[in-house]
Amino acid sequence: MALMLVKFDMKKRVKLAQTIWFLYWFAVMAGVLVFSMGLFFKIELRKRSELMDNNESHLLPNVLILMGLIACGVNAFGGKVCYDSLDPSKFIKWKPMLKPFLMFCVGFNGLLFVTALLCFVMRIPLQFTLAMGLKNGMKFYKDTDTPGRCYMKRTLDLMQMEFRCCGNDHYRDWFEIQWVSNRYLDFSAKEVKDRIGSNVDGQYLMDGVPFSCCNPSSPRPCIQGQMTNNTAHYSYDHYTEELNVWKRGCREAMVSYYGGLMNTIGALVLLVTMLEIAVTIGLQYINSSLSSLVNPEDPESESEGWILEKTVGETFTDIMANMKAMSKGGKVEEEAEAGVATVS
Amino acid sequence: MVLLKIKFTQQRRVHLAQGLWLLSWTAVIWGAIIFCLGVYLKMELLRRDEVMDNTEIHVVPNILIIVGLASIGTNWVASCVCQDSLDATRFPRWKVLLLGWFPVAAVLCCLLISVVVLSFALQGRLEESLKVGLRNGIRFYKDTDVPGRCYQKETIDRLQMEFRCCGNNNFKDWFEVQWVSSRYLNFTSKDVKDRIRSNVDGRYLLDGVPFSCCNPSSPRPCLRYTLTDNNAHFNYEYQSEELNLYSRGCRQALTDYYMELMNSTGPGVLSVILIQMSVILGMRYLQTAVEGIMALEDPEGESDGFLLEKGVKETMEDLKVKALIMLQFRLVDPIATEGSSEDADLEKAEKEASPTPAS
Repeated sequence: MALMLVKFDMKKRVKLAQTIWFLYWFAVMAGVLVFSMGLFFKIELRKRSELMDNNESHLLPNVLILMGLIACGVNAFGGKVCYDSLDPSKFIKWKPMLKPFLMFCVGFNGLLFVTALLCFVMRIPLQFTLAMGLKNGMKFYKDTDTPGRCYMKRTLDLMQMEFRCCGNDHYRDWFEIQWVSNRYLDFSAKEVKDRIGSNVDGQYLMDGVPFSCCNPSSPRPCIQGQMTNNTAHYSYDHYTEELNVWKRGCREAMVSYYGGLMNTIGALVLLVTMLEIAVTIGLQYINSSLSSLVNPEDPESESEGWILEKTVGETFTDIMANMKAMSKGGKVEEEAEAGVATVS
Repeated sequence: MVLLKIKFTQQRRVHLAQGLWLLSWTAVIWGAIIFCLGVYLKMELLRRDEVMDNTEIHVVPNILIIVGLASIGTNWVASCVCQDSLDATRFPRWKVLLLGWFPVAAVLCCLLISVVVLSFALQGRLEESLKVGLRNGIRFYKDTDVPGRCYQKETIDRLQMEFRCCGNNNFKDWFEVQWVSSRYLNFTSKDVKDRIRSNVDGRYLLDGVPFSCCNPSSPRPCLRYTLTDNNAHFNYEYQSEELNLYSRGCRQALTDYYMELMNSTGPGVLSVILIQMSVILGMRYLQTAVEGIMALEDPEGESDGFLLEKGVKETMEDLKVKALIMLQFRLVDPIATEGSSEDADLEKAEKEASPTPAS
């Protein structure tokens, strides 16, 4: 009892072949889409790799790029086979390859599904990488004269302005590190000496933030320095002041940005997986309908198409039996050789 | 003497019609592209509407949009004519339309050329408009509590951050304007009172700039206040400090941006002009060749295609004569009616005069 048996006459076969050929070209474009999404994600990660300590995992974009390329190739080949299936003389040369090709397609679809799941899962390691990277990034904000870190200030400033965020979790993170370089501190001034003396590590800490934390929507000019001192600024209460600097932390902002990106890519890859499954089933129908012609000499005769020749259970037992036979066959050959060796 | 005559066999006519059909569809697509370019340019200009004083520069995207739409319609008609041109029963209905088609297509080409010229000519007006708009924006920066101006601060801040510019001509423009709202000034403090007294209009001026002027590429944390005082900051010299703030003025930045945008549409517009002119020439040849064949009533024979039936001078003379006749027609008619009414009066007078001898 075949799985999902469908009767086909000549017209139906032609229509099926045309539809599946059209869908295959659609699937080629879907493959290009997956490839370009992988490329885009890779570029986005590279752009901010400084903020992730340069040790972010490029596994996901690499897998997407690879899957996109394989999808293009597989779908182009499938489209060619569909096109030739309408002509019996051309189809003959593809016939022996079809079964292994279909098995390969099934495996490829499974891998695509795993890739889609990966998109949703890889969010978690990325979160940790971002947290670590931002913390270190803020520490190196002042090192604009250290080779290898001289662009950290610019990167952080641009990021805070673009993502509308300040600090790691909130703006107070800037109070805990020295973000003014020693080159611009007058060590003979009393105020500087007081500040440095007042903490254990000898760091110049201040209750101020860089300019990139400023919120343009604030009705008053930005207050960056002496933020916790209400008397330093007229009509200012730092507990109720909301619009002055960005309230959100940059870790949250970046995670939600990359998380949204990965969710979108995951959803698109799922859609592509479903398309691939549809074309694989279509090709299987074409293959089975062309190989079960009632009258093999007459290409216009009726035929039947199916997904599996026997039911799922029977197919499974068949596969297990085949595998056992193959392994037994191997054993028998070994014994025969050993027997020959001992005899000789 | 016919202008640029070419002999057309049946085969050549078919090729001409097919080629022209393809070319006119290409022109339709290019017309759509021009339309989209016009829409994009208009949207970009509208986005920065608040810092522009007048909307004169909007004539460039408006013309692009109109020409794009008109070109789509015109070239679609051309493709229909091409499709019907090889069928002797269907071509005659396009004859009258073609008379009007050529002037419309020529006007489109002229409009496109004018767009290219305008986009260069209006640069000065754009700069003027930006100068006034930015000056007002900087003046009203502090008015975040005045309805109608409360978003000026945010607009100017975002503009300066996005275009990496400061002030109108340079950052010193901020020294001449009070950009701190009086709501946040402590009028009892000595510093505030001194500053307000030290200028005629009673404004709180300072040698400082808003945070949006800060340059992220600077190696040191941004210095925004007491910029002219070298002693106020350690290791700082006002004259030689380059990276601290953006050195470019916003007027220059915006003008450069819009000029670049309009110049990048230049090659597209020029190629549309070329394609449109080729469509006009091809259509003229097709029209004359098909009309010649229809006159001969032999669909398989040869015919001549030409641009003008007589030479350029003769055609101009002909057009002049035709125009004069049309004008004279209107002049002759009134004279004829006047003449006839005079005659009627004369007759009436004669009739009145004549009965008296009888009675």
